[in-house]
Amino acid sequence: MLQVLRERRALRIAGLMAPGGAWLFLFFLIPLLIMAGISFLSRDRLGFPTFPLTLQNYWEIVRDIRFAPSISLEGGLTIRLLEGLYLELFWRSIWLSLLSTLVTLAIAFPVALFMARLPPRYRTLALFLVMIPFWTNFLVRTYALQFMLRSNGPINTLLRTIGLEPIDLLFTPAAVMLGLVYGNLPFMILPLYTSLEKFDWTMIEAANDLGADALRAFHRVMLPLISPGLLAGSILTFVPAIGSYITVELMGGGRTNMIGYAIAQQFSASANWPFGSAMSLLMMIIVTFAAVLYFRSGRGEYRNVI
Amino acid sequence: MASDVILLGERSEIKPPRRIARRGSLSWFALVTVTFFTFAFLYVPIAVLIAFSFNSARTGATWQSFSLQWYERVFSNTRILEAAANSLIVAVLATVGSVVIGTLMAMAMERYQFRTKLAWDAILYLPVIIPEIVMGISLLIFFATISLSRGIVTLVISHIAFCMPFVYLTMRARLADFDKSLEEAAQDLGADEWTTFRRITLPLLMPGIISSALLAFTLSLDDFVISFFVTGVGSQTLPVYIWGQIRRGITPEINAISTLMLLLSIVLVIVAQLIQRRQRT
Repeated sequence: MLQVLRERRALRIAGLMAPGGAWLFLFFLIPLLIMAGISFLSRDRLGFPTFPLTLQNYWEIVRDIRFAPSISLEGGLTIRLLEGLYLELFWRSIWLSLLSTLVTLAIAFPVALFMARLPPRYRTLALFLVMIPFWTNFLVRTYALQFMLRSNGPINTLLRTIGLEPIDLLFTPAAVMLGLVYGNLPFMILPLYTSLEKFDWTMIEAANDLGADALRAFHRVMLPLISPGLLAGSILTFVPAIGSYITVELMGGGRTNMIGYAIAQQFSASANWPFGSAMSLLMMIIVTFAAVLYFRSGRGEYRNVI
Repeated sequence: MASDVILLGERSEIKPPRRIARRGSLSWFALVTVTFFTFAFLYVPIAVLIAFSFNSARTGATWQSFSLQWYERVFSNTRILEAAANSLIVAVLATVGSVVIGTLMAMAMERYQFRTKLAWDAILYLPVIIPEIVMGISLLIFFATISLSRGIVTLVISHIAFCMPFVYLTMRARLADFDKSLEEAAQDLGADEWTTFRRITLPLLMPGIISSALLAFTLSLDDFVISFFVTGVGSQTLPVYIWGQIRRGITPEINAISTLMLLLSIVLVIVAQLIQRRQRT
């Protein structure tokens, strides 16, 4: 009897898990594994993968890294120790993504805080105003921003009308940054707001009563309690930023290259599938590493309090 | 508008804490200012785009006169209509597929303990933290490896794959709040398992199913990066078509399409909010 029940239970679990599990296995895990495999293959004349096995694709990424200390003042103070085409590409992508995440957070936090402190009726309205860009097509929104900033766009037309010189607003690293912040803001505001809305403000008062100053109360009481929203928002901002393709093309004109864009190019214009796969795998490792590190730090904070 | 908010803010039942952003204090005004400029930053480009979709001028941003010609062009351009139809077909199929398999998986993961559960938990989070571009090219490689020609089929397969984890996460949260005693009561009263599922479980899960369906539908309709790599000639979705036009620099029609897509998003947000509100009451 027990045996039959146990078998029925196992069968039920299998039945519920099978369709979704099979789908994820076939169309998510297997493709990633094939991609990883291809990164160790050579390329044929057309850029498609072919035997023999090789480490060439990874060697290509690190080959030209040289020790070349330099200091330059162009575009702010830059101190470099190492030099290398792909090293710089990876470094720039990580740096721009991190910076855009921080800027997005710096803007989103006060907004989310304000929204959470509004009376319920206005809170719904504010939430609605964040939801619309959140659900609107990312491509359409980035295009709208690009349209505004074009050399013959509304801003420059306005400048010309009032007798000023038009300015180049697009196709710079700053434009890419602006695009990333613009595109990702709703993805940061919403999770932060969700955490802040649930936050019990009397806790801060309790902390104050127990002798904590504002900074300490924020660090030890508020931060741990809103960290789920903080984590979710940062991941939802950093991951699309480092892999961004639309923003790099529309806002940077492809001139400020980033990993995601460089990978896409290996599968279209200058085809080299094995090399593109190697870069993808490296990027995946970076992102996963960043996510794990970030989640760890978040949980550590939590433990500290309890 | 900002001062309105502050005045009406006095009615809040949440007691303001002593030090952080008391209404009327300097830090409160700072919050109001930042929020105001952030919303302006988010909405001005969208508003400008909508305005210029009604501009009769073909190029540049000089206002000529009000015109609906770009909308007429959109609705008489068969390639745009085909792309829109493709997008809808893919979105509907991807929604149905991902909601069914995602919900089943959420039920198994929420209600049962089994050995491989932890591994599945990790795998189901992966599509959320892996950049779209990686998923796009890995699917491109996969379809090339099994020589499946790219088209509607590959689009639907890929869309189900990336929508499903989001459906799963939504449904799992809903199932965690599910009152199991209602099912037990039904079975005590003599209902068999299928009847219990059909008459009790499914109706109670319906709001969750509808909101995850809306999520999947929007995700599928909005996707560009993954679709770009798994789409074929003649099966372009609307975002892929828009991308091609933007890159070629042909834009007045794009302003009109974008406005229409924006309208659709607003409708979807309103529907989602209404469902949530009905659920609460």
